[in-house]
Amino acid sequence: MRVGVYVCHCGGNISEVVDVERVAKAAGEEADVVMARDYGHMCSDLGQKLIVDDVKEHQLDAVVVAACSPQFQGGTFMSTLKTAGLSPYVLEMANIREQCAWPHADAPSEATEKAIDLTRMSIAKVRLDEPLVERTMPIGKRVLVVGGGIAGIQAALDLGDAGFEVHLVERDPSIGGRMAQLSRTFPTEDCAACILSPKMADVPANPNIEMLTYTEVESIEGTLGSFDVTVVKKPTYVDSATCVACGLCEEKCPVSVPDEFEEGLMTRKAIYVPFGFSVPNKNLIDASVCLRLTRGRDVCGLCQKACPHGAIDFDQKPERETFTVDTVIVATGYQIFDATEKAVYGYGRFENVVTALQMERMIVHAAEGNPIRPIKGRVAFIQCVGSRDEQVGNEYCSRVCCMYASKLSQLLKRSDPTRDVYVFYTDLRAFGKGFEEYYKRAQSEGVKYIRGRVAELLEDPETKKVTIKAEDTLTRQIIESEFDLVVLSVGLCPSEGTEGIADILKLAKSPDGFLQEAHPKFRPVDTLTEGVFLAGAVQGPKDIPDTVAQGSAASSRAIRLMNQGEYALDPIAAFVHEDLCDGCGLCADACPTGAISQATGVPTISEALCTGCGICLSACPRDALDLHCYTNDQLLAAVEAALKEGRNGHGTIILVFADDTATYRLADNVGTGKMPYSTNTRIIRVPSGSRVTPKLMLRAFELGVDGILIGESESKSSPYAGSVEAIGRNVSTVRGVLESEGIDPGRVRFTEFVTVMLGKFVGELNGLSEFAERLGPIPHDQRETLGRNVNGKLFGA
Amino acid sequence: MTSEKHNAAQTLEKAGPSKKTRFPYYPGCTLKTTAQNLEASALASAEVLGIELVELPRWNCCGVVSSLADDDLIHHVAPVRNLIRAQEMRAAGVVDGETRLVTLCSMCFNTLKRSNARVKESADDLKTINEFMYLEDDYDGGVDVVHFLEVLRDVGHERISEAVKAPLAGLKVAPYYGCTLLRPKEIGIDDPEAPTIQDDLLRALGAEPVDNPYKKVCCGSYQIVQNRDAVADLAYDILRHARIAGAEAMTTCCPLCAFNLDRSQREIGEKHPDHEPMPVLYITQLMALAFGLPPECMRFDLNYTNPKALLLSTSLAGEEA
Amino acid sequence: MADKLVISTENEAFLARITELSGETITVCDQCGTCSGSCPMIAEMDVTPSQMIRMVQLGQREVLDSKTMWLCASCFACTVRCPRGLDVAKVAEALRQVTLRKAIDRINIRAIPADELAELPQIALVGALRKLTG
Repeated sequence: MRVGVYVCHCGGNISEVVDVERVAKAAGEEADVVMARDYGHMCSDLGQKLIVDDVKEHQLDAVVVAACSPQFQGGTFMSTLKTAGLSPYVLEMANIREQCAWPHADAPSEATEKAIDLTRMSIAKVRLDEPLVERTMPIGKRVLVVGGGIAGIQAALDLGDAGFEVHLVERDPSIGGRMAQLSRTFPTEDCAACILSPKMADVPANPNIEMLTYTEVESIEGTLGSFDVTVVKKPTYVDSATCVACGLCEEKCPVSVPDEFEEGLMTRKAIYVPFGFSVPNKNLIDASVCLRLTRGRDVCGLCQKACPHGAIDFDQKPERETFTVDTVIVATGYQIFDATEKAVYGYGRFENVVTALQMERMIVHAAEGNPIRPIKGRVAFIQCVGSRDEQVGNEYCSRVCCMYASKLSQLLKRSDPTRDVYVFYTDLRAFGKGFEEYYKRAQSEGVKYIRGRVAELLEDPETKKVTIKAEDTLTRQIIESEFDLVVLSVGLCPSEGTEGIADILKLAKSPDGFLQEAHPKFRPVDTLTEGVFLAGAVQGPKDIPDTVAQGSAASSRAIRLMNQGEYALDPIAAFVHEDLCDGCGLCADACPTGAISQATGVPTISEALCTGCGICLSACPRDALDLHCYTNDQLLAAVEAALKEGRNGHGTIILVFADDTATYRLADNVGTGKMPYSTNTRIIRVPSGSRVTPKLMLRAFELGVDGILIGESESKSSPYAGSVEAIGRNVSTVRGVLESEGIDPGRVRFTEFVTVMLGKFVGELNGLSEFAERLGPIPHDQRETLGRNVNGKLFGA
Repeated sequence: MTSEKHNAAQTLEKAGPSKKTRFPYYPGCTLKTTAQNLEASALASAEVLGIELVELPRWNCCGVVSSLADDDLIHHVAPVRNLIRAQEMRAAGVVDGETRLVTLCSMCFNTLKRSNARVKESADDLKTINEFMYLEDDYDGGVDVVHFLEVLRDVGHERISEAVKAPLAGLKVAPYYGCTLLRPKEIGIDDPEAPTIQDDLLRALGAEPVDNPYKKVCCGSYQIVQNRDAVADLAYDILRHARIAGAEAMTTCCPLCAFNLDRSQREIGEKHPDHEPMPVLYITQLMALAFGLPPECMRFDLNYTNPKALLLSTSLAGEEA
Repeated sequence: MADKLVISTENEAFLARITELSGETITVCDQCGTCSGSCPMIAEMDVTPSQMIRMVQLGQREVLDSKTMWLCASCFACTVRCPRGLDVAKVAEALRQVTLRKAIDRINIRAIPADELAELPQIALVGALRKLTG
């Protein structure tokens, strides 16, 4: 190994506190270091050129830069190494600025000693760094869009227009989703069908889109760049090429069932066209109610006889289709809350209680001059049905109901001013563009808003009128009045198909049941699965403009990946020491992303699926699993290096394993804020604290460490599922062993952090430091006993 | 819940006419005085179904209601003492190891179950109460409090219908649930907004249950003592809605509800001239009637609003006192 | 003239006391009014149940002068319906306890006519005595 070490002055930031020349000199004395120097600004063009030239001149095969935080300039120096012809993974950075010079500015000599230790630790690590190469995988231009509502349609059209190959899969017989059922849309009152139809027509017209309606996704295997998809096309029993939707079959069909598009307000036949402007606009047979299909060959068949084009084929079978795509967009939308769950509102029992979606259909038909049922007299809208309600288990707000109620109420009022229209609400949420103005318009049209959540509805057995019981909370009066029609403003729930697709793609759910975005602010349409995106109401209740925006956003995110032609696999992944593995398969069970597969023998780890969390490491009883760039040997070598000079004048040494997401960043923030903390702390960076196995911790104690703190990001901000729980288990295990060895278990701690908890970080470090100082270093003989039979202590051998 | 019900059903199945299933039974004070009709009809009907309700020895008043404040532990002492009685009964081998304690009064049910839940949840509270009652054995948390209607639910529609000798001939009955049987959700024996347990029982007896929205509205409970007027108004509404829905009679299983709805009809009549008297019966009285039991089992003499006229108008004439 | 509401530290203390006594997080009530709409005794009350909670939220001790919690029958209709999961019945109990624990009884047996008293079943008397005495 030929290591080059560079100690940066950082323009005085480091050198004003740390004796950088001494650090360089100490580094130069280390084994395998062929050259060590200090320099003013390592990240400058000249500084980087220095490295490139030295690599060539001194035939360096590894580099250590003792400077600022690797989270700050790590990328810069990795590129420098690439320029110099080295793997960017034979670089180690010693953080002697944010985690040394800055927080310890008031103790320059301790800071210098610490800087020397940190540099030695980096040298120890770099000696064992493998020259990893980022493997690239090709990525094509094929996309699967699951769900043909407006979100899926928008995404598909954007992708199709951009020249990508799109497979749009929709489980219903037509695309269009919930928007197709709406009357007018708020706040502009566009006719939903009018603006949706052209978009729907564009889908089959686009040469790049394969539209698969009445089709379900059966399985998706693989990863970004090669998702192998199997779909099942359900039989419609009608040949779509020959069918012209003339309707003669429908006339003859003897079976009538509630029409789901009309929300049960009208009926359709067993053979039917989904709705007036459906795409495709063809007949299909509902196999669950068709007499021929349910009872046998000799029954009925009137539609077939009536069809002048011979389009009906009762022998159609489901067809499986498989294809491979590079990215997936999930746009499976919402369904409305099932109002029968709210027994007090009498939905399904009372004649004059309908849902808002039923009211949409009623308005559409009334506007066409064919009213389904009369809407006369006094009408009330009840808000928050199935939303903001812990009694039905939906704590969230459904976002659109206040606006759609304001819409439906003013449509009703305008079309017949003799109607009395009331809206019973708790809060009126009109947050969007044009929303408040639209709400005011409703009020000026004469819609009466009553602030009171309806407690119960009663039905008069004779007149069937509905009595509303509520409190007008603004005047503290109790209302018990009769209404001719009550409309329940039902909330939005994840659609029926969402659970299935989430299982297939192993997508996480948010606490409200919708699918979880990768990051609520910065990655609203990404999922934590690379190459899989979300669009529309599947991610959470939202209105049409937001849905369309997400449809375009998801396609843009997909295009961003696919346009690069290839993507790099992060080599910081788990791997197996085959000689140690006994094929028990516990790692495969422990892996939260399903990256490890094992049948017999040594498991295979998919670099694409592995996130580098390290949870599998603790699951292995034989220590056979390891993590590239942060191997067990590397970390222990770093610990040994930290203790090379004994304790450097300190009574005790504390080791901190800081995770990339939160703790390491937090430590940097603390340093940047120049907040001092105990100098006997040595921070080791890890991708996630899950990587720190109990064995590693016990070995560290054996080597001379007196206290260990593991810092990890809180679960809710962490990209690693299950890490907090895993670390908790590991720390418990170590505590148990320490206690049985007569060592105070309080020497090992685990804290969850977020990057802004500066005071907490300082507190925890100082706390553990003081604790260890008080107890004193672990006696030598106890360390020795601890080190003996570690496996036995951990796994009860 | 399902497996519990299954086991319960199995237990009851084994008890045919020859072998009875025995349950420890807590009557509560009122059942020995104004609500003897509830007890008489219930015990007799239970026997027909092969169930013996064995009264707890040395039981004490449950207290009717407890303070809802978390620090009022003293209110749970009296109920827990009754649970100890049930525990002793089980230990003495009197009830074949039955862990369920059956109540007939909805209010006693609610109070006992709540106290039971409290001490089962908090080992500290259980310890405090056990230590306080130092003269008693320690309660071990092994008793489950159930209402008689739950036991009947486990017996099942079929077996109850089989035992019916004089079906109630489509008598239109509004089952009244009140509150203590249904609320709060952790204690209730049925859906608080859409309960069906009494409706189902009525159907098994041949009656026609009449649904109405006031079946779960509180009767006013202890407010009868100082706010008779308010209770009278409530009772008026409850009875009126039942009448509008087509009911001829109302059933209940709580002596306080029975009193409030039955007795108040005198005052209701004075305040609201449109009020039509409606008999308020214990559901067990109807059950005894349907099982063809002798009049002394039903004790209609203790009902305030005389059900005679109603029952005479049905095919049940001659069966009642 | 409209009433004045003064926000002060005394108010905070009252809210804290009721929060502690009831064990409920009273500040989560968003004043939707479901409890009031469900209450069977509302006709007699001077402040509605949700108004009672509002006064507690604002720390107004005057709520103790109202009839509302004394008319409560502890029927739990409010609790099973509260969309915020608040146990409203427990809050009413806490408001009663503040007075009852000062050894102030809210039932006067002597004031009840003898014939009524004779007729009342034990369940009613015991219940009322339990709920309305300290």
